[in-house]
Amino acid sequence: MDGTITLAVGRPTAGHGASVVLSNIEKRFDSVGAVRGVTLDIRSGEFLTLLGPSGSGKTTTLLMIAGFETPTVGDIAIDGNSVVALPPHRRNIGMVFQNYALFPHMTVAENIGFPLKQRGVDRATRARLVAESLELVRLPGYQSRYPRQLSGGQQQRVALARAIVFRPRLLLMDEPLGALDKQLRESLQLEMRRLHAELGITFIYVTHDQAEALTMSDRVAVMNEGLIAQIGTPEDLYDRPCDRFVASFIGESNFMQGVVRGLEDGMVVADCGDATVRAIGGRIATVGETVTLATRPERLGFADTPQCATRQNRMAGTIAETVFAGEHCRYLCHCAGGVSIVLKEPSSATVRRRVVGESVELAWSIADTVVV
Amino acid sequence: MIGRAAFRVLWIVVLMFLVLPILIVVVLSFSSASYLTFPPPGLGIRWYRAYLGSGEWLASTWLSLGVAGCVVVLSTILGTLASLGLARLPPAMRTIMGALILSPLIVPGIVVAIGIYYVFARYRLVGTPAGLVLAHTCLAVPFVVTSVSASLAGLDRRLEQAALSLGATPWGAFRQVTLPLIRPGVLVGALFAFITSFDELIVALFLSGSGAITLPRRMWDDLRFAIDPTIAAVSTLTIALSAMLLLGAHLVRRHQASEPGGTV
Amino acid sequence: MATVAIAPVRLPRVSWQRIGPILLVLPLALYMLAFYLVPLASMLLRSLAEPSWTLDNYRRLAADSVFLEVFWTTLRTACVVTLGTILLGYPVALALSRLRRGAATMVLIVVLLPFWTSVLVRSYAWMVLLGRHGVINELLIGVGLIGAPLRLLNTSFAVHIAMIHILLPYMILPIASVLRQIDGALPRAAAGLGAPPWRVFLHVVLPLSLPGVAAGSLLVFVLSLGFYITPALVGGPRDLMLSMLIAQQVDLLNWPYAACLSAALLAVTLLLIAAFQRLPGMRDLLRTATR
Repeated sequence: MDGTITLAVGRPTAGHGASVVLSNIEKRFDSVGAVRGVTLDIRSGEFLTLLGPSGSGKTTTLLMIAGFETPTVGDIAIDGNSVVALPPHRRNIGMVFQNYALFPHMTVAENIGFPLKQRGVDRATRARLVAESLELVRLPGYQSRYPRQLSGGQQQRVALARAIVFRPRLLLMDEPLGALDKQLRESLQLEMRRLHAELGITFIYVTHDQAEALTMSDRVAVMNEGLIAQIGTPEDLYDRPCDRFVASFIGESNFMQGVVRGLEDGMVVADCGDATVRAIGGRIATVGETVTLATRPERLGFADTPQCATRQNRMAGTIAETVFAGEHCRYLCHCAGGVSIVLKEPSSATVRRRVVGESVELAWSIADTVVV
Repeated sequence: MIGRAAFRVLWIVVLMFLVLPILIVVVLSFSSASYLTFPPPGLGIRWYRAYLGSGEWLASTWLSLGVAGCVVVLSTILGTLASLGLARLPPAMRTIMGALILSPLIVPGIVVAIGIYYVFARYRLVGTPAGLVLAHTCLAVPFVVTSVSASLAGLDRRLEQAALSLGATPWGAFRQVTLPLIRPGVLVGALFAFITSFDELIVALFLSGSGAITLPRRMWDDLRFAIDPTIAAVSTLTIALSAMLLLGAHLVRRHQASEPGGTV
Repeated sequence: MATVAIAPVRLPRVSWQRIGPILLVLPLALYMLAFYLVPLASMLLRSLAEPSWTLDNYRRLAADSVFLEVFWTTLRTACVVTLGTILLGYPVALALSRLRRGAATMVLIVVLLPFWTSVLVRSYAWMVLLGRHGVINELLIGVGLIGAPLRLLNTSFAVHIAMIHILLPYMILPIASVLRQIDGALPRAAAGLGAPPWRVFLHVVLPLSLPGVAAGSLLVFVLSLGFYITPALVGGPRDLMLSMLIAQQVDLLNWPYAACLSAALLAVTLLLIAAFQRLPGMRDLLRTATR
């Protein structure tokens, strides 16, 4: 986009959630470009996750939406109005920080009541709203405790309660579950989805944990080195990654080099080593071009099993390594042309486990192969 | 083992070395003799009475207390503001300003004293309480800045951001979140500022003149001419004051440690 | 909803973020400038200004026998005091780092209390101890070891011992701080590898504690150079230190000379600190030592 502001004239957005439009925003620190041109259209009531490794610019983008960083270039519009010139304390956005940022010298009630106090809400109403918020996050009766008396999970819920008590239309979250152990994280992820459904407001969530992003979000924007690599639903990103980075950052991928032989019915046909591989989607490839094809380990199978009989992509190889990992068995296969493929097969007592050195034929669907 | 016992004896002896001279002064202050002798022949509080009965000693005490009080107010305000600013300055500026503010700790006392005297004499500030206040503040401010800066450093920046995101104005965020959490640092700095000014001698030697004789200055003058046990009494009172302030600072710090100022 | 495209309006953000901090530091900066920096600078400039802008005073200083003798005395005292505080302070620091919390706090209080007692009072305490009818003499006579009182006060010995006493905490605290930070696993590993306790100390603990010793030494040395009160009270005529010479000259209104001496003292102080600052970890140690 060329940095123009879009003014919405007419009725404000329906629904409880704010819409957020980022127009080609950039953020430079000295000469380092933390965010190098991000354009994003976040719909009202959506749960959108900014996913990426550290340094990808996702937190900086969030901070710009919150108002703690100013974009060097570009504009941010919330509900159609540009907010770039608006200081953070007037943006009326809820925010949950990585380590909760609960005020240690205030009780839970005072923490949650803080935004209400800033808005001039009287004491009685404050008490009522605080109690309601605590009910919402399933911590009733915790008003007079201090943050240091709470566990990590409880603090996180208080931080959430504080961020939503004043009914903002937008909630920003910066890796709020990072400090918690796995089980707690997973249960809180479900809590957040539930809250999102109940409140109906827009959630923008930042994380580096791709599993978390896939579980919770309506859409995910994968960021890398200050730019958005791909944006889409979790299924979109998982089944059809658009480039190598997304294919390897989300889940696991096998990458094979191949030379394009031709195009058939929208499928790309390529020679990988000895085998002929067909792939869908991804980029448009020209004949003779060397492309990288990606496929996920759990989508591969052995050709001699019944469910793989109809899969068209085949490749012969030898098992080099086997690892039993409980839920699945992991095989490393060496194929012709120096290609190494990882295959994950769900483990079962009835399925025969392959041995090292065994010759196998791998089979997988064309629909599971993408050009990246 | 011999080695371990010897080591223990060694450091206990050194500790005694540290404490005994001061203890002896305290004991002497309760001596009933009219001259310095140890052990004292009897105990009494005649030297305390001498101190309390002397107009000059009391005047000096009030002056020192008053000057120290003013210094606390002035240095705490200037120092706290400066600490808040220092925390957010770009690194280059912070180093320069920090060096300027902390330099009284490094520059030898005599050099600071005569430097200030050189100019204050010209402006008729010698022999006035105001001159003492102005000079002592320069010496006390580094302690306030060090203490408040340490408190600020332990404070999570995101607390202020959280307050802003929740709708507090920048001033509101400072008043409701930052200030309460740095209060211990300010308090400890104030205590150190007080004691720095109260005990200060070198600058007072030049700036007291004849009109504003601080307590340390009076003790010094007396020491040059006669070792009068009254000084022992005054010293003991000063030691008690230092001990109380030190205890106060320690308690403030311990209270802060049990209620962390940073994010939990 | 109709959309209207407008050219980008970049509202000038009153950069509170830039101006704010400067405004906060400004009052103190101006204050220190007016009542500290300018007085100090103008006094030091006196050393160059008379009779007219010239370095003569400094040239004369280099040849001045009084100055050289005083400078030498000052250096010698600083060295002795530094050494003394190392020898006496290290064991206490070592003990501090090894004791459990309760005992360690007690020892810390014992170390800190003299620290916070004014230098004047502590110097007075030594006058009481070392005087002709002071505690030590009375004790020795009373026990019968000597017949007539010893001349302890107004000697170099008095200056040394009193300054060691006063500066000891400045050596103990940095060393204790560094010792406490030594990874507890290291001495244990050494012991496990077969080293007896004295070897563990000599080859593991001592070398690792050297930064603390360096920081403490720097502090004690620099403070000794500028010391005034104690040598003035307990020293003799031959123990004239640089700071006392400066004070004398100011009393005589000999400003250029006093300014020269001050500049010399300040220069040596700053040089030492600048040199030591380069050692790794020094800055943090100095910060802990200045409370």
